Amino acid sequence: MITGKRFAAGFCALFAALSMGLSPTSAVADDEPDDGGSGPAPKVELLLDASGSMRARDIDGKSRMAAAKQAFNEVLDATPESVDLGIRTLGANYRGDDRKTGCKDTEQLYPVGPLDRADAKAAVATLAPTGWTPIGPALLKAADDLKGGEGSRRIVLISDGEDTCQPLDPCEVAREISAKGIDLTIDTLGLVPNTKMRAQLSCIAEATGGTYTSIRHTDELTDRVGQLVDRAADPVVRPVAVEGAASCAAAPELKPGVYTDRTGFGEHRWYRVDVEPGQELRASVSVAADRAVTNDYGVLMRAVTKHGREIVRGSEAGDGRTDAISTGLRYPKPEQDDDEAETEPVCLQVSHSYAPASGDAAATKGKPGLPVELAVDIVDAPDDASDVAAFGLGRGWWLLGALVLTGFVGGLVWGWVARWRVAVWRTS
Amino acid sequence: MRTTRLLAAAGLAALTALLASGAALAAPTDKDDTSRSDAGTSFRTATEIEQGHRATASASTGDYLYWSFPADAGQRPTVKATVKLPESAAGRPDTRWRVDVYDGLRRRQPCMYGMQSRPADAAKVDLTCVLRPVRAWSDPWSNDPLPGTYYIRLTATGLKTADLGSPVTAEVEATSKDIGGSAAVDGTLAKPLVPGASVDTDDTADSGSRAALSTAEPEDGWASGWWTDRWLWTGAGGVLAALAGIGGYALTRGNGRPPSGA
Repeated sequence: MITGKRFAAGFCALFAALSMGLSPTSAVADDEPDDGGSGPAPKVELLLDASGSMRARDIDGKSRMAAAKQAFNEVLDATPESVDLGIRTLGANYRGDDRKTGCKDTEQLYPVGPLDRADAKAAVATLAPTGWTPIGPALLKAADDLKGGEGSRRIVLISDGEDTCQPLDPCEVAREISAKGIDLTIDTLGLVPNTKMRAQLSCIAEATGGTYTSIRHTDELTDRVGQLVDRAADPVVRPVAVEGAASCAAAPELKPGVYTDRTGFGEHRWYRVDVEPGQELRASVSVAADRAVTNDYGVLMRAVTKHGREIVRGSEAGDGRTDAISTGLRYPKPEQDDDEAETEPVCLQVSHSYAPASGDAAATKGKPGLPVELAVDIVDAPDDASDVAAFGLGRGWWLLGALVLTGFVGGLVWGWVARWRVAVWRTS
Repeated sequence: MRTTRLLAAAGLAALTALLASGAALAAPTDKDDTSRSDAGTSFRTATEIEQGHRATASASTGDYLYWSFPADAGQRPTVKATVKLPESAAGRPDTRWRVDVYDGLRRRQPCMYGMQSRPADAAKVDLTCVLRPVRAWSDPWSNDPLPGTYYIRLTATGLKTADLGSPVTAEVEATSKDIGGSAAVDGTLAKPLVPGASVDTDDTADSGSRAALSTAEPEDGWASGWWTDRWLWTGAGGVLAALAGIGGYALTRGNGRPPSGA
C-alpha cells in the first residue's frame, strides 16, 4: 500500500503541474504602425466627355451633361482633404467639323492639386456639350497631368460615346500608359452605353486594373465617382519598377518589397534574392491579363540555386475570364552550424503561359508584355516539425485505450514481481 | 483499496474539470457587426475584414472584388458570399459568379466543399467555400493552408459584353470552425503568412504613415503555437494509465499484507 500511495501522490503532483502550466496563452502581437498620417497625396483626375452627344436627355429626364454636373458637384463636396483632384474635359471647345482639330480638343478645366471646392464647382458650371470624343489623346494628357509625386494615381473617365478619333485606339493608349507610369489606374464610366462602347471602355479599364460601370441614373453616377475618389484616398503600397533579366547570372537583386515588371509572351524573367541561413524567403507573383488573351493560361515561379538546381516551385493554371493569375513559394534555409555558412543567392524564375487572343497584332510582338507583380518577403525560418503531430503528442480514444492497457499490464507485472520478491524474502 | 478508489475518483473529477475548461477557452468570442462598404480591386488593395463580420460592397458586373481576412492555425475558414443582382443582370445562366480564396502567398486554396461558383440565373447568388483546416506548419513544397492572411476574390466569369457594368451588391463573410487538436501538427512558422511582414517592421521607425500590404491579425493575436488539446488527451492518457497500473498492481499484489498462515 505504501508503494501504491506514493504512486498516486506522484501522479497527483504531475497532474497539478500539467493543469497549471497548460492553460492556453495568446501570443504577444507585434506593434503595428499607425496608418492615416500625412503620406504622399493621392492624385485623381476626373476626365469628362463634353462631346455633342452629352446633350441627349436620357438620364432621369435630364441631359447627360446635367447629370454629370450634378454628380460632380456632389463628389466635389465629399472629396477627402488628402486627395489632389483635377478635372479635364474632352471635346469641350471645338465646334467645327475638322477631325484633326477636333481630336486635339482636350482641356484641363481644373489643375490637379489641393482642392478649392468653390473654384472647381465654378469651372464645372461653365461646361457645355460641344465637340468630338478624343478619348485616346485625352488619356495621354491626363496621364501627364498626374506625373510626379509618390501617391497613387487614378483617372476616372466619364464618357457617353466611343472614341471618334481612330486609328489611335484608346485601349492601346491605356496599355501604353500603364506600361510607362507605375500604378496608374483608369476607371471608366459609360453613360447609357451601347455594346461597342462597353467593349471599348471596359478594355481601357482592364488594361490598367480599373473598373468599368454602366450608368443609367444620376445617383449611380454620384455614388460610383464618389466611391472611386474614396478608393484613391486609401493608402496603398506602391510597387517599385524592376526589370528582370534573361538569366540567373544577370538577374537584379530584390530586397523585401513589392515590385512590378512586364514580361512578354513566352518570355522568362529572372530575379535574385539573397537568403541567409536561418531565414525564409517568401515570394509571390501575379501576372495580370491587361489585354485579350486566350481562355487557358498559367504561371510558374521557380526558386533555383546559382548552380541551376530547382529548390521549390509555385505554379497555377486557370481558365476563363480573369484579371490575374498568381502563385507563390516559400524557401526556408536551414540554420547552419559551420563557419562557412554564407548568404545564398536564390534566383527566381517567373514565366507565364498566357497566349494572345487571335487578332491582337500588337501582342504578338511581345511588347510591352503583361504586367507582373512580385512581392518578396524575408522572415526568420520556421521551427521545423520533428513529428507529424504537435510535440509528438497523441490524441483520441485509441491512444487512451492503449495507455490504459499498457498501464494495467505494467501494474500486473509489478504486482507479480512484488509478490514473488516477498515470497523469496520469506523463504530465505 | 478504498484510498485507491478515492484517488481515482478525484483524478477523474479533476480531469473532467480540465477538459471542460479547455472547451470553454476554445469558444468563439462574439463581436458586434461593423461593415465596410467597399472592396479592393487587387491583392494590394484588398479590403481587410475580420472573421465573423459581414462586409458589403457596391460594384459592377465584371469587377474583381478583393477582401482579406486573417486565419490562424486550428481554424477551418468558411467564406460565404452573396451577390444581389439587378433585374438587368439576373437571369443569365451563361454568367457564373465565383469566389476564389488565396493564401498569403497568393496561392489559390481549394475548397473542400461548398458551391464555389453558381450561374447568375436568380436575383441572388449564394456562394460558399469551405477551406481545409489551417495548419501551423507544412513542407515548403506543399500547398497546405498556413496561418496568415487569406484573400477572397469575387467575380463573374463567362460575361458577355452587353452584361458588363451593371450595378450589383456583394456581401462576404468569413467565419471559421475550431478544428482543435486533430489538425495540430508539429512545427511553427516564425511569422504568419502575412504579406509585407518583413517590410513593415523595418519601416516602422522612419515613417509611421506607410501603407501596409496587409495588417491582418486575429482579434486576440496569433496563437503561440504550443497549445493544443493533444496535451489534454496525452495527459489524461497518462493519468488513466497510472490508475490502471495501480489497479493491476492491487489485483496481483493483494491487500499488501503477507498471506497469513503461509
